[in-house]
Amino acid sequence: MLTLQCPYCGVQADETELSAGGEAHLTRHGPGSTEDEFHDYLFTRENPRGVHFERWRHTYGCGKWFHAARDTQTLEVFGTYKAQCTEPPKELRDAITAKRPGWTWREFS
Amino acid sequence: MKRYSAFAVAREALRNHIGWERAWRSPEPKRHYDVIIVGAGGHGLATAYYLGKNFGITNVAILEKGWLGGGNTGRNTTIIRSNYLQDPSAAIYEKSRSLYETLSQDLNYNVMFSPRGVIMLAQTQHEVRGYQRTAHANALQGVTTQFISPSRVKELVPIINLSGPRYPVLGGLWQERGGTARHDAVAWGYARACSDMGMDIIQKCEVTGVRTEGGKVIGVETSKGPINCQKLGVVVAGHSGVLADMAGFRLPIESVALQALVSEPIKPCMDVVVMANTVHGYMSQSDKGEMVIGGGTDGSNNYTQRGSFHHIEETVRALIETFPMVSRLKMLRQWGGIVDITGDRSPILSKTPVEGMFINCGWGTGGFKSIPGSGWGMAELIAKGHSPLTDAFGLERFHEGRFIDESVAAGVAH
Repeated sequence: MLTLQCPYCGVQADETELSAGGEAHLTRHGPGSTEDEFHDYLFTRENPRGVHFERWRHTYGCGKWFHAARDTQTLEVFGTYKAQCTEPPKELRDAITAKRPGWTWREFS
Repeated sequence: MKRYSAFAVAREALRNHIGWERAWRSPEPKRHYDVIIVGAGGHGLATAYYLGKNFGITNVAILEKGWLGGGNTGRNTTIIRSNYLQDPSAAIYEKSRSLYETLSQDLNYNVMFSPRGVIMLAQTQHEVRGYQRTAHANALQGVTTQFISPSRVKELVPIINLSGPRYPVLGGLWQERGGTARHDAVAWGYARACSDMGMDIIQKCEVTGVRTEGGKVIGVETSKGPINCQKLGVVVAGHSGVLADMAGFRLPIESVALQALVSEPIKPCMDVVVMANTVHGYMSQSDKGEMVIGGGTDGSNNYTQRGSFHHIEETVRALIETFPMVSRLKMLRQWGGIVDITGDRSPILSKTPVEGMFINCGWGTGGFKSIPGSGWGMAELIAKGHSPLTDAFGLERFHEGRFIDESVAAGVAH
């Protein structure tokens, strides 16, 4: 079973305690954005086969939202970090690049 | 190609079965094709078949990275129905269901279509109203369905428990000509017919890149070298996003695991398909006697063809209440497939930003039932640039806010 460590309460939570919240770090285009930008924000997803950043909620624990970095091809969990981040922390990015040579962070949408 | 018939079976029985030929050829790829289809699952093979049959385009290659029909075609629970709410969905799914009726004769291959009837159980007041609405919509669309009472459900499914404490059965949406078919046979039958028309089915040939020139597709890079084409059809379900990435665009799709399981074989006990969308479970009995059970999807992105065990647990827990006899069954196998889910739970059959490249994806959890209709529409789209079956399913609908919203209508199970 997938387990993720909640960065707020520190619990190593089972998947049954958590709710998946989809892709993370989307740029939230709002009023004044172009139609293409708003379309991408609402619908277009990276959906990578490999390193994926996503939002999770510790629903049956502390109730807080947080971020997780996982590999969708191997189900390896690289780490979790707080929701108040607009991009993954540098240590986590370096750790992923060490495990997946050639991988680098890029801005999505 | 030698035709399959009762006479052929008798003839081969008398000579130790030495006369059966291979169902399809396994050639090396040529340098150039008119059309390349990526993905030799049911949808890809059906697309190729109708390109040849309806439009006379037979210089076609079908590329498959694994083996034919080894993805979701061989992993689904084989349910066929067309009781959708929205008009474009009902049109393509009903076309598909009607093609299934005569598919064995068309392909000269027994796909074991069994129109045994499909019930979708209404287990909440919300579902009762929803299915009554669907039954009315279906009447207008020319799809034969009817809303039936709990007592009629019990007549059709004697093993059901109508008065479970959490999920009582309040009625059902009954489609008499829905049913099941043999999933592998659908892929094999199309493959045999495609090969007979001179098309090349190339297995273990992974597409690693899409070659374009001036915004137009000119071919693909593969593990067996570059192959040129004029038109490219991408029909790869869960991996659509990966192929789109190669061509430089993104899709409104997320790939997640959907799971199913089968029990040990038992004597015939249920001769219809029962779907219970409130509890994310559906069940039918295969010809071998196994109870084939489908579950819900995971919430997180996944490309591994393995799902979370607690979803299986939820499905079985709910089914035990509706079918108490399931509690006595041993489960033999459990597996997962990667389904491509769109925002409105309807498929994408569309042109793409790359000229000459077409994509057929987003069937999500309901791809098997739509194989013939999807192939029919996709072939027309590739050959003529548009099709009345697929026009509403273009990628531009997300831009225009013109959704085909089945996520509410169809519940979760497809």
